[in-house]
Amino acid sequence: MQTFTLNEREVSVDVADDMPLLWVLRDELGLTGTKYGCDRALCGACTVLLEGAAVRSCMTPVSAVDGKNVTTIENVAADPVGRVVQDVWRRLDVVQCGYCQSGQIIATMALLRAKPRPTDADIDAAMDGNVCRCATYVRIRAAIHQAASALGVEGA
Amino acid sequence: MPLATQDTASASEAAVAVDRRAFLRLAGGLTLGFCLSGRAVRVRADEPFEPAARLFAPNAFVRIGPDNSVTVIAKYLEMGQGAFTGLATLLAEELDADWSQVRVEGAPADASRYANGDTGMQYTGGSNAMANAYQQMRRAGAVARALLVAAAAQLWHVPTGEIQVAGGVVAHAASKRSTKFGALTSAAAALPLPVEVKLKQPSQFKLIGNAGLRRKDSHAKTNGSALFTQDLKLPGMLVAVASHPARFGATLKHVDDTAARAIPGVVAVVPFAGGPGYFGGVAVLAHNTWVAKRARDALVIEWDETHATRTDSEQLRSRYRALAQQPGRIAVEAGDVAFMDTPGLQVLDATYEVPYLAHACMEPMNCLVQLTDSGVSIWNGEQSQTVDQRAIAELLAIKPEQVRITQLYAGGSFGRRASPKSDYVLEAVAIARQAATMGQRAPIKLVWMRTDDMRGGYYRPAFLHRIRAALDGAGLLVAWQQRIVGQSIRQGTAFDRGNQNGIDSTSIEGAAEPYVIANLRVELTTPDDVGVPVQGWRALGHTHTAFATECMLDELAIAAGRDPYQFRRDLLAGNPRHLAVLDLVADKAGWRQPLLPGAHGERRGRGIAVHASFGSFVAQVAEVSVTADGKLRVERVVCAVDCGIAINPDVVRAQMEGGIGYGLGAALHGAITLKDGVVEQSDFDDYAPLRMSEMPAIEVHTVPSQQPPSGVGDPGTPPLAPAVVNAIYHATGVRIRTLPIGERIPTNSPRVEPSDASDDPNH
Repeated sequence: MQTFTLNEREVSVDVADDMPLLWVLRDELGLTGTKYGCDRALCGACTVLLEGAAVRSCMTPVSAVDGKNVTTIENVAADPVGRVVQDVWRRLDVVQCGYCQSGQIIATMALLRAKPRPTDADIDAAMDGNVCRCATYVRIRAAIHQAASALGVEGA
Repeated sequence: MPLATQDTASASEAAVAVDRRAFLRLAGGLTLGFCLSGRAVRVRADEPFEPAARLFAPNAFVRIGPDNSVTVIAKYLEMGQGAFTGLATLLAEELDADWSQVRVEGAPADASRYANGDTGMQYTGGSNAMANAYQQMRRAGAVARALLVAAAAQLWHVPTGEIQVAGGVVAHAASKRSTKFGALTSAAAALPLPVEVKLKQPSQFKLIGNAGLRRKDSHAKTNGSALFTQDLKLPGMLVAVASHPARFGATLKHVDDTAARAIPGVVAVVPFAGGPGYFGGVAVLAHNTWVAKRARDALVIEWDETHATRTDSEQLRSRYRALAQQPGRIAVEAGDVAFMDTPGLQVLDATYEVPYLAHACMEPMNCLVQLTDSGVSIWNGEQSQTVDQRAIAELLAIKPEQVRITQLYAGGSFGRRASPKSDYVLEAVAIARQAATMGQRAPIKLVWMRTDDMRGGYYRPAFLHRIRAALDGAGLLVAWQQRIVGQSIRQGTAFDRGNQNGIDSTSIEGAAEPYVIANLRVELTTPDDVGVPVQGWRALGHTHTAFATECMLDELAIAAGRDPYQFRRDLLAGNPRHLAVLDLVADKAGWRQPLLPGAHGERRGRGIAVHASFGSFVAQVAEVSVTADGKLRVERVVCAVDCGIAINPDVVRAQMEGGIGYGLGAALHGAITLKDGVVEQSDFDDYAPLRMSEMPAIEVHTVPSQQPPSGVGDPGTPPLAPAVVNAIYHATGVRIRTLPIGERIPTNSPRVEPSDASDDPNH
């Protein structure tokens, strides 16, 4: 039995220790906003926050989150940074097919927590692991800068 | 109460208005409700959203509820290209709806109501959604509006002509009465359809052309609630993960499933046979994907490779090169290319090669199947309903109308989900059918893992273009002979009616176009024994024809000592829309100004290309930098597009950005290669997609136009590769003729000049 905090609520699942968190979220807990894209942390579609840091849930065994805090796309609006990021994403219509965007938004939250005013180089470094086949990268970059500005004003 | 107006409805447009009661019956039967319930998504079939009496559904494209909601029924798949938003914009424009009240849902499979244009087939593709829906969806909105107006007139006892509609409010100014749509739905539903409706003039548009309109799918795609096939879970559903042969055409010989069955949670192991267009294999069924995948990986399978392909990319390349020495079937001919042999001409001979490409959608292929007493139900990011219905019906020996398909959001397609052979859909059905014979009738969702998707075939075919072209003494292009070699994406499909005299038009479309060349010949050779499954990839043939044509144009311009932009201009007489985008992009990119110098040791250059596809015209200028050790970076791409009336200008911009990025990923890294019949790539490490750090700055400029709308999903991609390759030449003098470009430009190698082929004995 694994117990962890998922989107501010304690959950317990009775699954194998080595079951990837991705499939626990999707197939056991019904939270399908976190996406499957590959099995090897090559695309970032499965990105979630673990104790505030971005991790690839496809390669994170559920045992690694026992007793810890996990945040998924379903709960970003409850987070002050997440709320702003989500709003900017909508204002700029970043999405196309949308399949990778949960991971993009989560990765952006982690970036902005670590670097409130990221440079383009910071964005390249933090976001290169999140593939978007629709190539919405121009808008993702613009959205990250806008979210950083909005948060900077709020925080000032 | 018919509304008499001056505008005329054509017979085909009037046919849009179906019998309302018949539609309600259909809608009631086909409507599905989705609700997220924590653990799983419940789907309730055969249950209408609203009691029929209060539902106002004047045609197959719109439903207005008592709560003022306007539901647009989208016959085109939303795969990222913005179809849902565009269709809603067209309908809401003529309905004068409140945009915030408009929602969109995918249409069921029914070609009698939802066929694409006049094809008789329901599908999404060819960037034609907006072109084909422009009148139809506006008319549907106008009919609904007319009925709401008539209902209000009846209720308020005022003439219809005195009633105004704006922003979802129906009002009569003189009597100071107004109401939202919801209060009128019952009355409107009881009225006869108008005979004619008048559509707005473009000057009256409020939503069409409004760059401030936001996408309809942004909200659901930023909070995890958007439902893709990957996310759908029916009660009792099993996930299937299948093992496929490493070589196309191999069949199952023997499976040892002892280890697989030992994994807790495995429900069944299902060997299944292949058929036309899809490959057999062994599927593992389980309640969760992880168990199914682990068990699939634990299968020990022997394949019969008697009929398997042994195609090898290097050998295929040699073969195509040899084929390009021989004449092909003549696809286009004007004047006489023998003119090329006239003494004194400068003849260039260049060969361009492009590899197989995977679509590599973010959402790997998947399909949910439930066999029912009345047929079969399919849930899919459905792009080709009619083809899939026919193929599934044939496999199950039922009628196509017994195949019910629910269209869900697709996590990308780029052509992949419009599989003309219905490959992955048939595989899912074959597994479900085989499972049923083993007593397992649960709904089954086939999930391809990334490697299955990458190695599953149905690639953009590899192509080779050999172009010989001649300049006269004045540097004018006087002859062009283009030999194209590559597999047909239409042969043996429902679309092969488009093939004439053995010429698949999608193999040659865009070649040498639209340049005015007095002596022109395009020849095609179509090998049909290669054994690698192929299909359309974003922009179909235009991806390779634009590459070859626009690179050769550049080589010719340089050989003639001309500016590549001006050289193109001179050959585009009579093509004002090409010229307009070419001039616009040159102006916005600052073509006449020198590029700013790069860092020390870095070389910079820009390249230009123009290409029309699917009715739209796109020109691009790429700016590149190449470091001293050959590292390439595409810094900036300026794009000009003419797509007629831009229905959603911001979606147009987004599609150009995305088309450029998708094309750049392929140009830099994209290649599926085979070694002795086995696909060498498996994931995003060896089939590298474009990543954030490689994305150039992009500027999109749209030509203002009152022409009918044309597509934007495909046309942004074709000019990108030649613009980049031409820019690399400008920066370094290195002429790239084979894609992908790769990580580094061999800047220490000598300039590659086209060979002088005037003494080639083959011509």
